[in-house]
Amino acid sequence: MNAFIAIVRRDLLLAARRKSEVFTALFFFMIVASLFPLGIGAETSLLRRIAPGVLWVAALLAAMLSLNRMFAADHQDGTLEQMALSPTPLALLVSGKVFAHWLTSGLPLVLLAPVLGLQFDLSPRSLGILMISLLLGTPLLSLIGAIGAALTLGVRGGGVLLSLLVLPLYIPALIFGAGAVEADMAGLGAGGHLSLLGALLALAAFFAPWAATAALRIALE
Amino acid sequence: MSQRLVNWFKFASPATFYPLAGKAWPWFAALGTAFAAVGLWISFFVAPTDFQQGEGYRIIFIHVPASWMSMFIYCVMALWAAIGITFNTRLSGMMSSALAPTGALFAFISLWTGALWGKPMWGAWWVWDARLTSELILLFLYLGYIALTAAIDDPRRADKAGAIVSLVGVVNVPIIYFSVKWWNTLHQGASVSMTKAPTMATTMLWGMLIMALAFWMYSIAIALYRVRAIILERERHATWVAELPEMQA
Amino acid sequence: MLRAHGLACVRGDRRLFSDVDFSVSAGEWLQVEGANGAGKTSLLRIVAGLAHAEDGHLEWEGQPVDTVRDEFNARLLYLGHAPAIKDDLSALENLRTAAAVAGRPLDEATALAALRRIGLKGREDLPTRVLSQGQKRRVALARLLCSQARLWILDEPFVALDVAAVALLCSILDEHLARGGMLMFTSHQAVQLAGSGASLRLS
Repeated sequence: MNAFIAIVRRDLLLAARRKSEVFTALFFFMIVASLFPLGIGAETSLLRRIAPGVLWVAALLAAMLSLNRMFAADHQDGTLEQMALSPTPLALLVSGKVFAHWLTSGLPLVLLAPVLGLQFDLSPRSLGILMISLLLGTPLLSLIGAIGAALTLGVRGGGVLLSLLVLPLYIPALIFGAGAVEADMAGLGAGGHLSLLGALLALAAFFAPWAATAALRIALE
Repeated sequence: MSQRLVNWFKFASPATFYPLAGKAWPWFAALGTAFAAVGLWISFFVAPTDFQQGEGYRIIFIHVPASWMSMFIYCVMALWAAIGITFNTRLSGMMSSALAPTGALFAFISLWTGALWGKPMWGAWWVWDARLTSELILLFLYLGYIALTAAIDDPRRADKAGAIVSLVGVVNVPIIYFSVKWWNTLHQGASVSMTKAPTMATTMLWGMLIMALAFWMYSIAIALYRVRAIILERERHATWVAELPEMQA
Repeated sequence: MLRAHGLACVRGDRRLFSDVDFSVSAGEWLQVEGANGAGKTSLLRIVAGLAHAEDGHLEWEGQPVDTVRDEFNARLLYLGHAPAIKDDLSALENLRTAAAVAGRPLDEATALAALRRIGLKGREDLPTRVLSQGQKRRVALARLLCSQARLWILDEPFVALDVAAVALLCSILDEHLARGGMLMFTSHQAVQLAGSGASLRLS
């Protein structure tokens, strides 16, 4: 457990030394979300209707931007080898890295989303549901993304390949995440969607570090 | 019991499997052709014209079996992946990569014929029907697998990475299908479903089953044929390959 | 005691080596030699458990390494080509986080003492980005000074070091051997080490 905390602290420290990377993803999120009203038109009722989907897709793409950096630096400078040789199980260390990735790329999106939601004229209640859905959904994105990042480590054209592998797997998160806000707006209640999202998160938290670890061991060989 | 296990592992060696596959694939190809002939005859001449959909409905004799095959082949790939990870057999990865293009082809055929069927049925080439959408995502999963294994130079590494992708994919396929279905009902999309087509006549069912058998045989034949090529490519430096009669020529 | 039987390694289509046998006992060193591409690094990675051998098996204290992997990892220190140094962290932070991730937290005084001995006094708090290549190697080697591991596996530890640093590293290695440690390393240069040792030539 100490090694888990150590790796989270190290990655947070590294992110703090390289703040620009965190902010690039956030700006990307803002810009993509702002493009939609410009492309579609500023009619309020339309914007309100598309807001959950647009914000979720933008968040999903922004979270993916930073994915290929999750293991790449560690792979290059040999840290990954040291992690694999640590007496602590590699899956636990990988979970630490995923958690740190979420703290630096997922959590900021959750905090920024309501501000962007205001651009789309969402009600305070919908903004709350949006935040909850992102809070449950972004860790899921980091977990599934870790598998893709590990698989494409050191592979030619890894960045594009990563999105090809990971985006189809993101679809359930998108459906339940955006669906939660839409269902609530339609007066159907968001509970079902949110609990399914939570169930997926629990499932991924259990299996994804294991799969990512297996993929990392292949990349190390 | 142990005797049987040993026998199975004997076939898992590429050197033993190569001639076996060479003997087997023409049989499967012949069976596939025969089934396809019977199936097409039933679907074009025996099955009655549908009073609602006219002759256009006959495309489901291709569409439905192709969809079945595309899903089934993904499961078979995942099975090979699991075997490969558990027993570390080389053949498993080769079988997976031999199956993937066929699976992708069937997913594509399913989408294509779905669009052809959809145009007269729904008046649109594409509707966001739960099944069609899942099929599209399945095609993406196939493409992801093929792209990843093609991008990794070392074949052993490519096999292992592909195995993880297909296992992760097979866990996700039901989740994706369920979520798309959920999304579909929420959005009140196309309510016409392919299986809700007017009561399926027995002849139609037979036609579909025989076409499915034909696709099965085709898939087995083409996978065996392809795996032979993969074995030759991977084992080109092995002595048993150099001793093959076709290499002497 | 580390013992290897009939190790073989295949890279792509090429068989790098086969039937490699060796053993290293307490206080002994083993230098792996061979031309470029002979598979020295591959052998070290196989022994460390980072790569799989095509054939053969490894024993640690009389038991197959695969059955005692955690125990083996706890006794192992491996330094590869890549020094596992983060450019954005200082030498001190690098040393301490590496130790913490390896599950053996290091207090600041020990880490500082190690960095001083390795010749980085006054540079402990600089980001390693600004250090020279040789100084970065020294940061990596400082890990040896803080290590309790029985078995050291070092891939080209003498690369990019000046004469003084080579002498210092030799004395560190001697101390490790005198403590009853085991050492396995590759080097292109002849190295004078105390204690008994052997060299293994890959061809």
